Amino acid sequence: MSIKRSAAIVGVGDVELENGKVAGGKSVLQIQAIAAKRALDDAGLTKDDVDGMFVAGLWGLPGVGSFPSVVMSEYLGINPKFTDSTQIGGSAFEAHVGHAAAAIKAGLCEVALILYGSTQRSEKSRSLAGRPPTLTAQYETPFGLPSPAGSYAMAANRHMHEYGTTAEDLAEIAVATRKWAQLNPDAMMKDSLTINDVLNSPMICDPLHLLDCCLVTDGAGALVIVSPDRVKDCRKKPVWVLGQGESHSHWSIQAMPDLTVTSAAISGKTAFEMAGVTHDEIDFVQIYDSFTITVLLTLESLGFCKRGEGGDFVKNQRTAPGGDFPMNTNGGGLSYAHPGMYGIFLLIEAVRQLRNECGERQVQDAKIGLVNGTGGTLSSTSVVILGRD
Amino acid sequence: MENSMTKPQPVIDADSIQFWEGCKNNQLLIQKCLNCSKHIFYPRIVCPHCTSEKIEWIESSGKGKIYSFTIARRPGGPAFKAEVPYAVALVDLEEGVRIMSNIINTDVDQIKCEQEVEVVFVKNGEITYPMFQPAANS
Repeated sequence: MSIKRSAAIVGVGDVELENGKVAGGKSVLQIQAIAAKRALDDAGLTKDDVDGMFVAGLWGLPGVGSFPSVVMSEYLGINPKFTDSTQIGGSAFEAHVGHAAAAIKAGLCEVALILYGSTQRSEKSRSLAGRPPTLTAQYETPFGLPSPAGSYAMAANRHMHEYGTTAEDLAEIAVATRKWAQLNPDAMMKDSLTINDVLNSPMICDPLHLLDCCLVTDGAGALVIVSPDRVKDCRKKPVWVLGQGESHSHWSIQAMPDLTVTSAAISGKTAFEMAGVTHDEIDFVQIYDSFTITVLLTLESLGFCKRGEGGDFVKNQRTAPGGDFPMNTNGGGLSYAHPGMYGIFLLIEAVRQLRNECGERQVQDAKIGLVNGTGGTLSSTSVVILGRD
Repeated sequence: MENSMTKPQPVIDADSIQFWEGCKNNQLLIQKCLNCSKHIFYPRIVCPHCTSEKIEWIESSGKGKIYSFTIARRPGGPAFKAEVPYAVALVDLEEGVRIMSNIINTDVDQIKCEQEVEVVFVKNGEITYPMFQPAANS
């Protein structure tokens, strides 16, 4: 049994940012409610249609944030029949898509709302420093590894050691992503960027420079996903879930078996097999770009190129507008926005591309897109393959 | 409120008490499964390879190689501000387990993947930490 084509995304919503912050000092509950309302309006549905709630977040922890699907249901006045607060980091929302499709296929709900919000930039709360190192953190935090950049930096160093990958290779990704951001009116960073700019930006954790790292912004996003029977009730054309997979290989970076391979090797294989499509049939990809190295490792792990060849794969601005491999077309976490757990925005952009709503940055004739989320310290991944009729 | 300049100290629990006690005695203690004979780090109540509960503590040789590392040019929290730049590494111990720590007593810009290192114990307050330095014979 597969969830292929058992559910479709019919609504997306997000909120405006000003210099990476939500306007008017809105709270994290307010911006999620606005994103949810917009996604429901987009779908042509109301909150009373929603019978499945999927929410993950970092707000309100410890406390109400431990129960995100419960809290947001209360705030919005929703009493779901299916509830899921799966929290596996930035890939949570790709996992939610799979879980929602499975629940819909099983007849447990018909209209699912997937929701995320963060006011981390407004609250200056990105730093994880200062939390007491309990449980598995006691073997890492006392040694001062900057989190999460330090873990990704170690992955980059290992990839460079094994394959001769260079800082220039990683910078190609940041520069190509910036070019997409320049086509997106909602992107935070639009100044032109060169490879030398990336290499000359301050070193954060060797070998990662400042411009190898994602932005720290606020943001909220929502998706509405429905059963095939409910698709006809909706305003917008459906974007079908063709395949989905999820996996994780470790939590602590110390336990990652091979720092050059992510569990996208497994989640991607699952998604491709379910969708029954080949790599050549993918028209664009949205790959989680917490750091440039995240993208490079993921492209290899997903099988778009062989292990160790990621640097060659992205050379000569191949992933930029006009290149033959459109990637992170909204400007990514590197240049558009990165509100902590970015995965939902990858899905929103993929839906907009497949609906031909992307204006200047539209990938022409896009029919099938791949979305990859990565969470933790390269810990969890989930891959969704989406397609239009 | 905790003083943000105090380095984060491990919150010792039932899994980790022998490990941190070992460090106090300048011993790097890791676990070995009596069923499948594999070594285990971090310490657990069941073997992650075979779920056996028959686990013993052994003393590691403290020798290993750097699997990967980074040099923190920005501190991992305010308490580490005075120490930048400093090296954090994943060390593959001879016994086959990987451990995170700092590489000390060396120029951070000379550190390389696969470099041979050995454990050195550093006391800070109540806790003694296992850190690593370039191996004497390398």
